[in-house]
Amino acid sequence: MPKLTVDGIEVEVPAGATVLQACEAAGKEIPRFCYHERLSIAGNCRMCLVEVKPGPPKPQASCALPAADKQEIRTDSPMVKKAREGVMEFLLINHPLDCPICDQGGECDLQDQSVAYGRGFSRYAENKRAVTDKYMGPIVKTTMTRCIQCTRCVRFADEVAGVPDIGALYRGENMQITSYLEHAVASELSGNVVDLCPVGALTSKPYAFEARPWELKKTVAIDVMDAVGTNIRLDSRGRQVLRALPRINEDVNEEWAHDKTRHNVDGLVRARLDRPFVRRGGKLVEATWAEAFEAIRAVNAGWSVAAIAGDLLDAETMYAAKALMHSMGSDLLEGRQTGLVYDATNIAAVNFNTGIAGIETADVILLVGTNVRWEAPLVNTRIRKAIKKGAKVFAIGPEVDLTYKVEWLGNDLGLLAKLPKVVKDAFASAQRPALILGGGGLGAGAQGATLALVEPLGLVRDGWNGYNVLHMAASRMAGLMLGYAQPGGLADIVAQAPKLLFLLGADEVAADRFPNSFKVFIGHHGDKGAAMADVVLPAAAYSEKPGTYVNIEGRVQRGDRAVFPPGDAREDWAILRALSEVLGHKLPFDSFDALRAAMAGEVPALGQEGLAQYEWAPPSLDASASGPCGYPIKDFYLTNAICRASPTMQRCSAELVHGQSFAEAAE
Amino acid sequence: MSTALLADKDRIFTNIYGFQPWNIDAAMKRGDWDNTKALMDRGQDAIIEEIKASNLRGRGGAGFPTGMKWSFMPKEPKEGKPSFLLINADESEPGSCKDREIIRNDPHKLIEGALVAGYAMRARAAYIYIRGEFIREAETLFAAVAEAYAKGFLGKNACGSGYDFDVFVHRGAGAYICGEETAQIESLEGKKGQPRLKPPFPAGAGLYGCPTTVNNVESIAVAPTILRRGAVWFNSFGRDNNKGTKLFQISGHVNTPCVVEESMGVSFRELIERHAGGVRGGWDNLLAVIPGGSSVPLVPAAQIMDAPMDFDGLKALGSGLGTAAVIVMDKSTDIVRAISRLSYFYKHESCGQCTPCREGTGWMWRVMERLREGNAELSEIDMLEEVTRQVEGHTICALGDAAAWPIQGLIRHFRPEIERRINERNGGAATLAVAAE
Repeated sequence: MPKLTVDGIEVEVPAGATVLQACEAAGKEIPRFCYHERLSIAGNCRMCLVEVKPGPPKPQASCALPAADKQEIRTDSPMVKKAREGVMEFLLINHPLDCPICDQGGECDLQDQSVAYGRGFSRYAENKRAVTDKYMGPIVKTTMTRCIQCTRCVRFADEVAGVPDIGALYRGENMQITSYLEHAVASELSGNVVDLCPVGALTSKPYAFEARPWELKKTVAIDVMDAVGTNIRLDSRGRQVLRALPRINEDVNEEWAHDKTRHNVDGLVRARLDRPFVRRGGKLVEATWAEAFEAIRAVNAGWSVAAIAGDLLDAETMYAAKALMHSMGSDLLEGRQTGLVYDATNIAAVNFNTGIAGIETADVILLVGTNVRWEAPLVNTRIRKAIKKGAKVFAIGPEVDLTYKVEWLGNDLGLLAKLPKVVKDAFASAQRPALILGGGGLGAGAQGATLALVEPLGLVRDGWNGYNVLHMAASRMAGLMLGYAQPGGLADIVAQAPKLLFLLGADEVAADRFPNSFKVFIGHHGDKGAAMADVVLPAAAYSEKPGTYVNIEGRVQRGDRAVFPPGDAREDWAILRALSEVLGHKLPFDSFDALRAAMAGEVPALGQEGLAQYEWAPPSLDASASGPCGYPIKDFYLTNAICRASPTMQRCSAELVHGQSFAEAAE
Repeated sequence: MSTALLADKDRIFTNIYGFQPWNIDAAMKRGDWDNTKALMDRGQDAIIEEIKASNLRGRGGAGFPTGMKWSFMPKEPKEGKPSFLLINADESEPGSCKDREIIRNDPHKLIEGALVAGYAMRARAAYIYIRGEFIREAETLFAAVAEAYAKGFLGKNACGSGYDFDVFVHRGAGAYICGEETAQIESLEGKKGQPRLKPPFPAGAGLYGCPTTVNNVESIAVAPTILRRGAVWFNSFGRDNNKGTKLFQISGHVNTPCVVEESMGVSFRELIERHAGGVRGGWDNLLAVIPGGSSVPLVPAAQIMDAPMDFDGLKALGSGLGTAAVIVMDKSTDIVRAISRLSYFYKHESCGQCTPCREGTGWMWRVMERLREGNAELSEIDMLEEVTRQVEGHTICALGDAAAWPIQGLIRHFRPEIERRINERNGGAATLAVAAE
């Protein structure tokens, strides 16, 4: 624990800390461009120079200098002031004066720091350097003349995303940051370089020239594009969400978000259902709310009614629907739209038990039927970190590029019963062994076989539960907690052939499974679910309603409403409440708060933000599994109705998944 | 004129002019590879002590004591972390050409030195990183290493000493910055040649994260001779703290430019008179000298003439010995243009990693180009001075310093010349408004 003084203030910092961290501990702000907490230290911007005694009589880069006992640091000396002014001047001499047309304006580190540490005038009389723009794919717009060569993007691509697609070419003042050969950056995480870029060199392509940061209303929300529950901030203006940015949550997403999270928002204003529809003569025609409700009432379904929840739903909607089903005398609830069947009697046995942050500390990991890179990109970055710390990763399933070294055992779930010796040996010496069962494994019936491995592989031990199930739907964990799971899955509901079927944003149900049911679609996009429905009731997307979501590790999180639903669309719970009155089964809550209270009464865990606690009591299941498995996500960018409506996601899919070429000439 | 010149019997590099073949048979006749095993049998610590006692200072420019550098290497290499010796043959400093001559004509001195030095620092292997443009020299070096292997001097049980040692020759691609030790390590690892942050120093974590010592060709090549003839012999040359003999590379406006081995501390006048045939046009025609390669400040004629040519003697003049690449300029030289050309070199060779050097070298060169024609304001001289101070000492490696010093030297000694050009061009008018950007 070195003790040192910063501007006369004595601080004690943990061993291994840098001088920059010591300065922050002393409450001194150190300007920086290249330094970033989550990336390796480059030390190249030279903005963080401080005076250090003992040491050479020149300023030192505090980001790269280890804090040592008895150091005397000055951040306020004339030497430091001069050094900062000098570096600032150098950064600005070749930086264009195009702030008025730069999308970074208002949230630009260079702007802020030049105000704080710059000289306020220029002595540079030569011509400024110009750099050709580079193509980095459908997400990242480049204006490379603005680049200050901090290499944050290069280090992010290498270290966090795991795709060495960004680098520097040439040297000296001709050094250029580029994606090699003008290729799109082949990463689901490419959008993060936009946040990392301290200047306007890398900006968001879909958001280009849309808004200034100070015009935007900022709303705290939870992402629904996968089941990780990324903490996001929705920036909206008027009735439109213009962008989604990650918030920092060390337990969930650190400060990253994948491209689907960031850029589905242009899908929120396209293909929207903004008024009710009723099918007449085989065609959906516009109707009033009253006509639509009347059409549903006319089915006279009695107790023959069921509800299927979609992937993007909040817990409140599912609870309201469940209450309605109950009052009508049915408990036919299901959330696994594609027909997935697994035992959900013990929530802990279908949970991501190590936690998202916890998987970083695992030392041996076995992946069973999961393409983590697509099912949960932010879990994938955690596994990358675990590997950096020395973890070994084995996998069963079709080989894919997960951006790190994986020992592929083969695509045969029969291997679970007869794991190769290397795997057994690795687990035998592991302190924190983990297994991740993904969508492919669940679909191929590997739940029993993996639970049978808990004992022999020692997955559950003191203070550690290494058995993880990786879900892909944001609504899944809340759905399972609310009982949206039939023992036989969707097939149980098909077998009942309910007269009235509610599709709650359920767009992934195969169209031919309920030929004789009267289907009511309550959702926000005109996608597959609406197409097969008999009545369509327009509802709110995740950005348009407050909601509770439970992520893969059982973390209960809440988001707020950023904007209002378009047209006649209403929040889902309000639709169900209104409909219940027409159907003669009036639901007992008149406000959203009352609904939440009722939900918390039934499932107390949903009433409290934070990790839900469930006893580990795995069911005993048939442990046999055999044959190959396939990954359920065929196209990362088009997994739900919002993405499918988003031009940005369509473009990403075409370019990054299907290999279409969109390379543009530099402007 | 008092210093005794180096006698032929005391020359370390006996074939620097290539009068004899470079090959191993000729080299052995000159005394190389003569019972190298006996040198190694003295023991690793004894070798380091001998080099320390010889007061040999690194010949690559910085002048760090070589023996001390070797002693930083771990005594017991850790499992999976072998030590390496990296020999810097990326000689790219304008004016320097000694390593090239050594490799051309006396490569076995270097290779034997690699073995002895590598053994002393308990290295597993030596890498010789040779400048990309040295095509013929690289061919010679490859062949010479192969010869040494064929004789059993390298490889398993090198020279019968029981020590396994390999020497690998790696060709660079001609980037000046790869002569910086950590950039060289990066380049050798296959990455873009950019200096690393220090600490950690290479002796702790260098090539592939293993302990590494980086030495100049000349420092390594003189080691076997020092061991054979003894530290006392080496100490008999030069002044305190500046001992031994040194290869001087004399270029520019002298009658016979040459590379010559001379004792440290020889006076400049002696060096030029005896070895370079005197200054072109006589001593009165001398304008200035860059005594240690392009990155040290120039010294005007009056100050350099009788100065001792060693580390401390030139430091006292505000310059440095550097690599002892003496660039002599007579009065026909456009001194501003000469320094401007050096500024262009540093602008061209800056790696671009850190801000002050990347942006500053280009700025300095552009201002220098204007000063050359007098197309500037008088106040810009001070501004340029300040910009050099903003670069100097603010960068990761020393290239920023090297780019700043020549300009500082110029302004220090030739300010009237720069002012004259500005005033002449401005027709005597005090100032002209700079056009708005």
